[in-house]
Parts: sequence; C-alpha cells; structure tokens
Amino acid sequence: MNRMKVDEEEYWHSSKCKAFTFEDEDDELSQLKESKRAVNSLRDIVDDDDDLEKFSWSGEPVGSISWSIKETASANSTPEGSDLGPQKSSSSAASFPKQASSYSLSSFFKGRNKHGSFQSLSDALTDTGVKNYAPELRRPKAEYKDYNSVWSPKETVRRLQRGKVCPLERFHSLQEKLLLLDEAVAGHDGNVITAVLVFLKRTLKKEVLFRELEMRQVALRHFIHFLKETGDQKLLLDLLRFLDRMEEVALTQYRDHLTILDAEKRKEFLKGCIGLPFSSEDSALVQDHYTLLERQIIIEANDKHSEAAGQTEIFRKHPRKASILNMPLVTTLFYSCFYHYTEAEGTFSSPANLKKTFKIPDKQYVLTALAARAKLRAWHDVDALFTTKNWLGYTKKKAPIGFHRVVEILQRNNAPVQILQEYVHLVEDVETKLNLAMKYKCHDVVIDTYKDLKDRLQLMAYRCKVDRGSPAEVKIDSILSNPQIRWKN
Amino acid sequence: MGGGRNGGVAGAPGGGGDESERCLPGALQNLELALVGVAGGDDLGALVIVWGTPCGSRAGHRSLGCHHLPPSLPEQQHEVDKLYRIENKPAHSASDQLCFLVRPRIRSVKYVADIVNADKASGRTRKYKIIFSPQKFYTCEMVLEEEGIYGDVTWDEWSFYLLPLDDDIISMELPEFFRDYFLEGNQCWISTVAQALQLMSSLFGPFTRTYGIGRCAKMVHEVWREVAEESEGDSLGRKPEMGQVFLMDRGRGSGAHWAPGNAQDKVFNKIRNEHFSSVFGFLSQKARNLQAQYDRRRGMDIKQMKTFVSQELKGLKQEHRLLSLHIGACESIMKKKTKQDFQELLKTEHALLEGFAIRESIGFIEEHIDRQVSPTDSLRLLCLLSITENGLSPKDYRSLRTQYLQSYGPEHLLTFHNLKRIGLLTEQVSGETLTAVESKVSKAVTDRAAGKLSDAFSSLARKSNFRAVSKKLGLIPRVAGEYDLKVPQDMAYVFSGAYTPLSCKMVEQVLERRSWQGLEEAVRLLSGNEFAAAAPGTAAEENSWDSQRIILAVFLGGCTFSEISALRFLGKERGLRFVFLTTAITSSARLLEAMTESRA
Repeated sequence: MNRMKVDEEEYWHSSKCKAFTFEDEDDELSQLKESKRAVNSLRDIVDDDDDLEKFSWSGEPVGSISWSIKETASANSTPEGSDLGPQKSSSSAASFPKQASSYSLSSFFKGRNKHGSFQSLSDALTDTGVKNYAPELRRPKAEYKDYNSVWSPKETVRRLQRGKVCPLERFHSLQEKLLLLDEAVAGHDGNVITAVLVFLKRTLKKEVLFRELEMRQVALRHFIHFLKETGDQKLLLDLLRFLDRMEEVALTQYRDHLTILDAEKRKEFLKGCIGLPFSSEDSALVQDHYTLLERQIIIEANDKHSEAAGQTEIFRKHPRKASILNMPLVTTLFYSCFYHYTEAEGTFSSPANLKKTFKIPDKQYVLTALAARAKLRAWHDVDALFTTKNWLGYTKKKAPIGFHRVVEILQRNNAPVQILQEYVHLVEDVETKLNLAMKYKCHDVVIDTYKDLKDRLQLMAYRCKVDRGSPAEVKIDSILSNPQIRWKN
Repeated sequence: MGGGRNGGVAGAPGGGGDESERCLPGALQNLELALVGVAGGDDLGALVIVWGTPCGSRAGHRSLGCHHLPPSLPEQQHEVDKLYRIENKPAHSASDQLCFLVRPRIRSVKYVADIVNADKASGRTRKYKIIFSPQKFYTCEMVLEEEGIYGDVTWDEWSFYLLPLDDDIISMELPEFFRDYFLEGNQCWISTVAQALQLMSSLFGPFTRTYGIGRCAKMVHEVWREVAEESEGDSLGRKPEMGQVFLMDRGRGSGAHWAPGNAQDKVFNKIRNEHFSSVFGFLSQKARNLQAQYDRRRGMDIKQMKTFVSQELKGLKQEHRLLSLHIGACESIMKKKTKQDFQELLKTEHALLEGFAIRESIGFIEEHIDRQVSPTDSLRLLCLLSITENGLSPKDYRSLRTQYLQSYGPEHLLTFHNLKRIGLLTEQVSGETLTAVESKVSKAVTDRAAGKLSDAFSSLARKSNFRAVSKKLGLIPRVAGEYDLKVPQDMAYVFSGAYTPLSCKMVEQVLERRSWQGLEEAVRLLSGNEFAAAAPGTAAEENSWDSQRIILAVFLGGCTFSEISALRFLGKERGLRFVFLTTAITSSARLLEAMTESRA
C-alpha cells in the first residue's frame, strides 16, 4: 500500500494538474479524427461479440417495445460499439455520464410495468441534446448545434448537474467565472461545484482564486477537500497560509507523518514538525510524540540486541511479540514495566524515566505497572506498588485507584486467592467488598465482614456454602460460638 | 442474461409491507447491465473489486466503504474468474479483462490508473472497465485524463441507490456521507440522495407532505424538488402510497446514539424491538414450543410422519437453527453486559444524560482511558460529556486529551481536531473570551465575512443547547418509580428509559401537529432550517388515510438501530408505519471511526 502512496506523491510533485475539459474541442474535425482513431485502435481488441446483436442490454430481444425506447441508450450493442463505447473518444466522453442512470430507471419501471413513466424520466435525465450514446462519428448533424450554442452560467450549471457535456472554456472573464461558481454553489451539487473549481484552478492564478474563495465558504470547503483528496499538499498549504489558518497548516503537515513507515525517517519528520505553528498545547504534544519515538528507537535497538544475544532471562522466558516502535506511550510504559522494571531512572528504558519524561499521572502509572507486574505474577512488586510507610515506620496500603479495580486486574491475571483477598479486603464499599469476596471465594473476607457487621444470620447462611471441614468452616464455627460478640440478629 | 429473472419480486404493488423489496431487482439488474458492458457478453474475465476506500483517511479501510457488498453478485450469470476485494493491494490477475467496481473517489481511480500504467509499462494489453457506484464524478474523469489512461479504460455507472435491508429499512449505502458532508463540507452526495428520493417517489407515488430540519436536509429537498419538477409527468395520476416524508440531518448535537443494537433479522420479528431484558422469556418460550412440535412426531403413523417431514420439518429445522443463533447472540451480549465494565459504562452514560455526578463520571472516563480499554468507547463518553455539558472545561479538556493520546497514540491529535471541528467534542469558551475573540476577529475581517462569523459563533452557542433542547422536548422522560422495560411506555425504552432519540422525538412532535408550530423554541436551539411543504396538486381528499399512515423517515448521515426501534415503537402506538431511508446504518462507533485518523 505504501507503494501507491509514494507513487501518488511522486506524481503530485512531478506534475502540475493538467487540462481538464468537459467540453468538446473547438475543432470538430480534430475531434472526429480523434474518435475515429480511438475506434479503430480498439477494433482488434473488441472483436467478435456478435451475440449482442440479438439482445439489448436489458436482455430484451431487439425490436420489442422496451427495446425501442432504450434504443439510443443501447447504441453500444452495435458491433464496434459494444465495448469501446463512446467513452473512447476522449473529448466527448462527458456526454455519457448518465447512461447508467437511465438503465436503472428503466429496470425499476420494468419491474413496475411503467414504461410510460420511464420514458419521461429518462428523457428528463438524458435530454434530447445528448441522446446519442453512439460514438461521435455517428452523431446526427442536427445536434452539433448544441455545442455551438452559448449557455449562460445558470444553464451551464444545470447541464452539468444532469451530467451533460458542457463547455466551460468560454467563460473567460473573471466575472463570468465567478457567476458560474456562484450558480454551482446555489445548485447544492458538490460534484458540479468541484468541477467548476477545477476549471477555475486551471484558468486563474492562485492569488486571484484564493481571494475569491475566501469570500465563498461553501466553495472554499469543497476546494480544500478536493486538494486533500488529490494530495495537492503544496497548493493546500499555500491556501491555508493565505487564509491565515496557521493551525491547519501545522496539522496538515503533521498528518503526513502517518504515511512514513520507516521509524528513523518518521522521527526526523516529527522533529521538523515541532517548529510548526501549533497552539502551545498541541506543540507540547507533538514534541512528546517526537520524544516518544526517539526513545522507542533506542529501546528497540537495545532490546532486539539483548533478545538475539539470549543472555537476558526475561527475554528468554517471555520473547517479545512485537516491536515497540510507534506504540502509544501507555503501551511503551507497560513494556518497560514488563522488561525493564528494576532499571534505574537514569536509563531511557526504565519506567521511572518514562514517568518523569512524559509526566505520567500516578493513576495511569499505577494501573499500567500493576497490569505488567501482575502479568508476570510478580506479586511482591504488586505489593510494593501499594505499600507506603508513614514516618513512624508503619506500613499502609494506598492506591490512587479504587481497590476494586486492583482486584479486577489481579483476578484477570489469575492471582492466587491469598493475594486476591488481601486486596478485596481493602475495598472500601462494603457491598462491593462482599460481592467481590463471594465471587472470588475469599472466605476470610466474607467471614470477617459479616463478623464486623455483626450479622449472625448471614454468617450462618454462608457456613452452608463453604466446604465441610474446611478452615473456613472452622473459623465460622469459632466466631459463632464466641460469646463476646453482640450479634445484631 | 434473461429478462424474466426478477419478474416475481417486483410486482405486487400496495401489498402492504415489504416496501423495500421493490427496490432490489432494479438495482441488481442494473449491475449486470454494467458488467455486461465489459466484454459485451458472457465472459467477464476477472472482476476486480476496489471497494472500500471512502475517505482520504487511513481510517477508511476499517470503516469499510460499504458494509453490504451487492447481495448477489452475478457470478452465476457470468463467468467471473475471481473476485478481489482490494484494500490498496495490487491485484495480481492473469485475466485479459479487468473490471473495477468502485466508489467515485479520486483514490480509487488512481488505484486503477496505477494498474493500467503498470500494465502499459510491461507491455501488457488488457481491457479495463470501471463501474462507478452509484455514479461517476467529474473528478474521476479528470484523474483518468491526468494519469494518461483516458481512452484506455471504459466506464459505466451502477446506479445503486436503494438497498433494502429489512422490510422497512432501505439503505442508500453511502457510509461516507457523514464524513464528506459533516466534516469536510463536501456536498457531492446531496444530489445522489435527491435521486434516491425521486426514485422512491416514482416507485411509491408522490409524497403529499414533506417535513425536514437541518441545512443539509433543506438542500436535499431543494435539489429533489428540481429533479421532480423535471420529471413531472412521471408521477402524474399516481396515487400516493407513502404520504409523508421526514428529512433529518445527522449534523446536530443529536446526543446519544450509544446503545448496543438489538437483534436484526425478521424471523424473530418480535425480539427485534424488545428491550433486551424481555428477550430471554421470549426465547425460552419459543424453545419450549419448538420442543413440543418436535415431540409431536412420536406416536405418528407413517402417513402423518410423511406429511410432517414434507411440510413442517423444514420449517422447524430452520426455526431451530435460528433459535440457536439467537440464543448464541444473546449469550454473547450477556457476557458483555454482565461484565462489570459494561454496567459501569451504562451507569456513567445515564448519569451524563441526566446531568448528575459529573465529577464522578469524568473520573470514570479518565480511568477508562488509562486502562486502554476500547478507544471508541472512551471517545464516545468524551463526546457525550461534551454534548451534555456544553463542552469540556479547558482543564478537563487538556488533561483528558493528553491522557487519551498517551493511551491510544499521539496521532489522535488529529482525531481531536476533527471532533472539535464537527462540534462533537469541544472545549468550553468562557463568555469573556468569546466576546474578546469575536471583536478581535470582526475587526480583522470585512463585512462580507461577518455573516459567516456570526454563523460560526451561533453554532458555538448551539452546542451548549443539549440541556435546553432536552428539557423543551422532554427527551428524558420523568417516570415515577422504576421504568418497566418489559412494558415500554414510550420511545425512551430503547435507552432503558433514560433518553428518547432527538430525531424520533422531533418526528413525533411534528406529526402530531402536522407542522412545526409550537416547536419554534426547540427548533431555534437546534439552529433552525426547518421546513414543511405540501406537494402541489395533491388535493386533500386524494390523500387516503392509508397513504398518510406510511411515513418515509430519511436520515442524512446515517441512522442507528435505536432510532429505528424507537420509531417502530411509535408507529405501533399510533397506528403508523415508518419506512426508513438512510444513507447508511450507523452507530456511535461508526460515526467516531469516521472521525478517527490513525495509522493504516
């Protein structure tokens, strides 16, 4: 897929947008020659589709009523027209864009047996002037006059809306061009608006075009979208600069990094983006993007090496599944907590360094570190993550996230019940605590909680749920027989 | 390519229901016609399908240009060597003829051009045909010309306007409508939709009344009127079958379209629109019935058995298969639903809608982001927060955005800009800053631009209107006590009684009044552009009650299953029948994916 993008870019850099004509050439003679040449050149490709003579496009035998209605539309069924069609003669091609629509309508109405209505509709769409789907060569004389007639901007736009051929070249003066554009905008059809804009782009110098577009927002948006779609980055940036939309200038350039796959090149590109006219916040984010990729490249190179050397235990036990390049920061942090947890803050790959460099909030850090260490079943690290010492030397468990979340993450990593229950016990909300304790069979927590609640009935009920003769049952029995507890029930 | 293939389906006008079926045969036949054009006959050669590169964005591939490929590509009728589905990969085919079925996008045409030019370079001659669906744009020809392959390639259009998805849902299959129009401001699909409407009215007779709201809806209506006028004779003397049309934009802060969609096929028509909580009872009932019917075969004699096998068994088997399918689907939804996450998610969404416990909700969103769970859900929550709270406070915006980028990738900087531009996720601007900016800017620009500026500012203000609109229209029902989901009271049941989709409420209100009168305040809050029009020449007495009962609901930018369920409910309550015509079936996830920019 990259190949195509590169091609596109090369293309757009190497060539200016060239002629774009909807209309017939002025010189009909050359046009006829052109058509004839096209037809002839294709004759050997399109050879022997003679069965088409028997059936029209709709599958009806030639000569039936519906056939006669669509005759003009089916000119292609004549031998030399079967495939090359009128489209071949380059300049006239625009006169057939609606051919399929008439088919569609015809088939709809065939289904409804409404040939009458089909006819009128298709007429409306195809118009008498361009009924000929046949090659130019066979266009009836009378219809040539259409191409000499002079349409007003309004008429021109209406014809374009019907998908008909219509010369734009004769709109020379700026005033006429703008009238044409305004009519197109008034018609609401984006296809036509863009077509007129392409004509203006070709025939006006950009300063003039930009100036006029600035006052025509609808047309402007179409033009910007057109430039985006064609990948005409240079003109797009010129336009945005002219409009003084500096933030969009920056974003438009920054967007391009997505097309660069090579990490080193992408990094260099991002470096160049830092100086773009972003808002100060965005600028910081782009700076972070660059720094992150820079770090990832260093980490990737080192770890690839270590892994290949086979000297490091963690890589042997848990081979890396993918490269860390271009991953989000949190994923990088997870990676770092997984493979480089114990490294000192001085090393780029250490979690502490990442946390500091990117000002990762505590919450985000703890969640990620917890997930990584739990995955490795390093319960000691998990414990350390939440243990704080106060000035008297007492330890206490604290977390910037709810302990129910801690339990959820531990449970997902198949933590043993002993570990789990320690954290279930810390859940603040009693109801949540009981639910979790029962769900994960942390009997001690359930028993202690009921004891604290002085809920003898619930405790007795719970006794039936634990295994006979288990330590839990023994514990319940001893509590139930404790005369010092003042049960509430 | 015999002519009689579609005979059976298309007839039966006014058969009640299944309006959508009438649209299909034409469209399919149409594709065949276009295909035949390649070789003019039976041997089609390789049919290469480039389908699904809708937007200039990398996200395009994931969100698929079209979620329903043609229901039955005519492989049977033509000998097609191979079907390719292409996502920017070159097609390797030895065939002498290549046929491309593409969207009329510049990228698609360039893709074709690359293939043609590569063939040329290696001295290879083949025939190429591009079929544009649903139509060709002028820019396509421009690209062909620029690439130097004009004349080497033939083209056609597959005017695929209407795809019936269900007996009351017709999709125009334009998923890119949303991004193209609402983000990029490109109106290229406006006339396509107008054509589709014209097609509908030629199939079902003229519409007697048209209602609409939104700038885009208004444009579609204008273009359609023009097309209709030109084909006036067409519907002459036709009796209207669908009385009323309602055109709606997706463009406004239409709030929450975030519920998980319900089941979707018509066999178990019943469960489709039920709230999830009542599905189980129904399924188990159904299973018991099925068991009973199977059990009947015991004690049958040979003759009875024979009848049973020949007449009922097939149906029962079919039902059995479907039943297990549905139970499977429910299981998988339930698994998701019972997850603690899902409950919390739902709780947060409801809280945001009703506007309480905002700090808690923000905390939940933050944690949701930090845990790197579903990026789309995170984004949806952020948008919901923004829509309901008039944007995020600058502090929250900054912090949540930074964390989002850290969790899901720095390139989402672009996504956030898109969302800001479209007004789905914004930063609050304090009144003071607003005036300061306004006066600063207005000094700098000429009068001409002033109109556009005030537009921009009023749209800024508009975003802050969710609460007001919601109050005005009663989107959040006040129900005493528990909302009984098994006996739905109103359309809000689609969101567990928490919220009525804005679009549906609007339809209900306007239909009740037969005009926008009395809704001025709400309409103003939604930035207006409402209209109502009666078709000329359709006298009132002609409009039978029957036709007035059928309402075509047109959604520009997509409609969600929640909206469909809600309007179906309304229809049942009021004795109306809604037919849905939408640019695509969508969901919050799809809308957000269309806004997302990330690596390919």
